[in-house]
Amino acid sequence: MDQLSVEHLLGIKYLKATDIDLIFKTADHFKEVINRPIKKVPSLRDITIANLFFENSTRTKLSFELAEKRLSADVINFSASQSSVKKGETLIDTVNNILSMKVDIVVMRHGNVGAGVFLSKHVNAKIINAGDGTHEHPTQALLDSYSIREKLGTVKGKKIVIVGDILHSRVALSNIFALQLQGAQVKVCGPTTLIPKYITSLGVEVETNLKKALEWCDVANVLRVQHERMDIKYFPSTREYTQLFGINKDVLDNLGKKIVIMHPGPINRGVEITSEVADSDQSIILNQVENGVAVRMAVIYLLAQQIKR
Amino acid sequence: MSKKTLLNSKDIEIILHRLACELIENHNDFSNTVLIGLQPRGTYLANRLTALLKNEYSIKDLKLGLLDITFYRDDFRRRDSPLAATSTEIDFLIEDKKVVIIDDVLFSGRSIRAALTAIQSFGRPESIELLVLIDRRFSRHLPIQPNYKGRQVDAINEEKVLVSWKETHKKDAVYIEVK
Repeated sequence: MDQLSVEHLLGIKYLKATDIDLIFKTADHFKEVINRPIKKVPSLRDITIANLFFENSTRTKLSFELAEKRLSADVINFSASQSSVKKGETLIDTVNNILSMKVDIVVMRHGNVGAGVFLSKHVNAKIINAGDGTHEHPTQALLDSYSIREKLGTVKGKKIVIVGDILHSRVALSNIFALQLQGAQVKVCGPTTLIPKYITSLGVEVETNLKKALEWCDVANVLRVQHERMDIKYFPSTREYTQLFGINKDVLDNLGKKIVIMHPGPINRGVEITSEVADSDQSIILNQVENGVAVRMAVIYLLAQQIKR
Repeated sequence: MSKKTLLNSKDIEIILHRLACELIENHNDFSNTVLIGLQPRGTYLANRLTALLKNEYSIKDLKLGLLDITFYRDDFRRRDSPLAATSTEIDFLIEDKKVVIIDDVLFSGRSIRAALTAIQSFGRPESIELLVLIDRRFSRHLPIQPNYKGRQVDAINEEKVLVSWKETHKKDAVYIEVK
């Protein structure tokens, strides 16, 4: 079997197409495992994993923790809000202290771009980036692609539009890298103020008309507006945003085809997507969550395989 | 490197029939029994035995599952080359069933140890038996013995037992290879 070409999962940017292939093939096996009566395998019995979350998270943290436990790894959790980070400890100090407790893999979410890369250069453990600022969120992009592959058979040649707050979204950037690596076409759609100026240099087209974007695509990945990352006003009102970029049943029914709706969560129901759409049979939002555990198990398993004692 | 034929296709044919009859002796109509072939190489033997039991011995309701033990192995991270997983296809529960694990060669017993752990993920079986085509007698690392065996071999560790099947190598045969 092939190995991953990387030593850490810091971003999709560093992966090759064959890595994504290997992760998906491994995830297929783990998806079967998590649907068994007993959903646990003993592979990582002697591996300890630290989940360091310097930023809030529900889904990702739970998903990682579940993936780790289903592989029988020992897990320690850390959230910045309850820790000595508030007392002025630096990132390297915090992590080195945790590593002194003999941790093999660190899963980290951090508000600063490049925190994972920085850490990988200074500590002796496998690093998995669970989101670094507005930069990358590789496991989310992997599970999104995996879900598209599961629903449509392949990612290659499919047309995917990412709708919403592209500027503040690490999910968008990782998705663009992952989808392009697998041969999909990607467009982004949102208010011009929320689309990064140089996004077209990635080979991504910009469409500011939601209807046109949806008519073009096979899959729409809908993102939340990240108010917490906004220091200025990017659009006049939430109501106006919903009118121009909110996805509702009427919009979808008038397309003349059935597109797949995805959302990485958390959903702001009634803002970027209505409840009716989020809960419809076109939506694969909950499949994404299930696949998240399988994909994260695959990533952890493949990285753990490189650890030699 | 020399290669010696241990069993030819005729020998294997006879052995398969004998193993099928031994299974019938202990499991009657297989109503409470399931066969589990170990991925990857035990599945050829398992498929062959299943076909034989169905076609030649008119066993109607025979359940066959395929089990991959990659995630249960004890040499994860201890090998030079990473292990490749294959698929597990068990679409029934084995709770209170008699399980027969099927593999081609029994060597150290470690794969079977892994299989015994893996099988528990599908329920608590009433009993587990082991059927192998080749039992390498003096090479066990663990206290594991087969209930049904095709042929016992006293190969030394430097020798390699190769099983080839019609499905993959055009011919049924078992060889002993000396390095």
